[in-house]
Amino acid sequence: MSKIFHVMYDDDAKVMAAASELVGQGVRVKDVFSPFPIHGIDPIIGIKRTRLAICSFMYAMTGTSLAILGMWYFMIQDWPMNIGGKPSFSLLENITAFIPVTFEFSVLCGAHGMAITYLLRNGTLPGMPASNPDPRTTDDKFVVEISTDNNSMSADELEAAIRKTDLLEISIKDA
Amino acid sequence: MQREAAIREPLILGHKTYKDITDDVVGPIMGPAPLGWKIMITISSLIAVYGVGCILYLLGTGIGTWGLNKTVDWAWDITNFVWWVGIGHAGTLISAVLLLFRQKWRMAINRSAEAMTIFAVIMAAVFPGIHMGRIWVSYWVLPLPNQFGSLWVNFNSPLLWDVFAISTYFSVSLVFWYIGLIPDFATIRDRVTGPIQKKIYGVLAFGWSGRAKHWNRFEEVSLVLAGIATPLVFSVHSIVSMDFATSVIPGWHTTIFPPYFVSGAVFSGFAMVQTLLLIMRKGMNLENYIHVKHVEYMNIVIIVTGSIVGVAYLTELFISWYSGVEYESYAFINRFSGPYSWAYWMMMSCNVISPQLFWFKKIRRSLVATFALSIVVNIGMWFERYVIIVTSLHRDYLPSSWGEFHATSIDIGIFIGTIGIFLTLFLAFARFFPVLALNELKTILKSSGESYKNEQAK
Repeated sequence: MSKIFHVMYDDDAKVMAAASELVGQGVRVKDVFSPFPIHGIDPIIGIKRTRLAICSFMYAMTGTSLAILGMWYFMIQDWPMNIGGKPSFSLLENITAFIPVTFEFSVLCGAHGMAITYLLRNGTLPGMPASNPDPRTTDDKFVVEISTDNNSMSADELEAAIRKTDLLEISIKDA
Repeated sequence: MQREAAIREPLILGHKTYKDITDDVVGPIMGPAPLGWKIMITISSLIAVYGVGCILYLLGTGIGTWGLNKTVDWAWDITNFVWWVGIGHAGTLISAVLLLFRQKWRMAINRSAEAMTIFAVIMAAVFPGIHMGRIWVSYWVLPLPNQFGSLWVNFNSPLLWDVFAISTYFSVSLVFWYIGLIPDFATIRDRVTGPIQKKIYGVLAFGWSGRAKHWNRFEEVSLVLAGIATPLVFSVHSIVSMDFATSVIPGWHTTIFPPYFVSGAVFSGFAMVQTLLLIMRKGMNLENYIHVKHVEYMNIVIIVTGSIVGVAYLTELFISWYSGVEYESYAFINRFSGPYSWAYWMMMSCNVISPQLFWFKKIRRSLVATFALSIVVNIGMWFERYVIIVTSLHRDYLPSSWGEFHATSIDIGIFIGTIGIFLTLFLAFARFFPVLALNELKTILKSSGESYKNEQAK
């Protein structure tokens, strides 16, 4: 039977200290729930830097290409408008007038693409149920989640190691 | 942990804990509405209803109900549009540019400044919309396949660039704001007790749980959005200025417009932030979070941008003479000595002279003086747009058609009405939304909270 430990701390510095101590002993920390981003916890519990920025760049480049393609089709290919005796002959000659819209459309796609990816990857969407183990973790408490599933230690050994840290409360549940 | 120099003024005053920050912001949302708020929202929504009435009358009757004439064919509508867009620049500037520069004082003001931005941009968008006359065909500004032959919108026109700029700016600001709001909605969701409230905030919080990986993504998304919103802020008002600068009207046809408009926008935006926040901090007891130092920082931004605007006014005058173009120089001589000289000097004194008072530390740190001057700047910036638009148009190339613009009651009603709608939205925000960025403020509590700093100093 696997067990899940939810260990509560009342300070971000204590969480950092406890996490480094536990990880030093070979414990795998499954997750940390906190009311605000704790800077420096990610490398300790083995969270890699997100690649969302790269996504954003790709979405933005898609926007750039679509904008240029669209304007080429509307203004040059399909109906070359002649405004004030200045006809639209070729994309290259007209490109300066197209820069503002290209920029705006790139930003539009980059920002919204990244935001949608972020929400989908997080699984945070309108009406989703909350999954924090204790409502106090959005206020001033911090919870470290440790499972026996991905740890080589037994539940008793884990509990002993956890109890040595400067914790506030502990809850043990069967998974 | 980050540390801050001991001589720096703390950003959070008093002895606060993480819980206090939550309670100070969530408390007013859970408690009953204060009487002052009820009075203010009643007044502003009555004004809003009047404004909506004027807009409906305009749409039913036509834009002939405005005071426009043959020569002055753009007046209050575009003045109000540019004024509102300008006000809408402070929010994203505060949250994006100041985030890139790691200015932590933004954390107390960014949430409400962004809300202000969003509401101001909505108000701005009203004006080009109703100016079309037939607002129900406003979707024609989009490049949609249509049955009128191969008729596409003109991508060489700054007016179309504006459509893209404003809609991008609005939607990106909204997303940036909402992504920051999600964790704070989760805090409210976990505090409120009423079942309906819990349900509503639960939906708004998107199931946020504060996992470490989510915070990692959250910070990256905020940084990247700030990075791309920064050039966006500058592009939007540059494009707004090109609505004028690419025309051949003397007084408009100047290359200085983009930087001049952008700094004017930041200037008026910060003034509006001051006006609103000085009331909000008092009404909601946020004096420990938004205090004199924050006000002083914003006043410094106001001096810098106000001075840039002042230099731009003088440069315009100089260039109109130096260019040797008589139409150009007449446009400017007419501006400061013609029938609209009162508006010109109003603009000069409100925008150039009055912000210079902030060089005095006493005035810069006085809340009463700041409030008064912020209103002066708001008025001055409205007159700036009025002067640029109406004085450049009212005497065109043909003296027989020279005339003057007289605002009608509908002109005035719609403008006042948008102020009412804006204030109603802002008051609703202040009542039901977390007005401070809780999750961000908690990250600076230990490095910039007064009691923590005092302990470290010992």
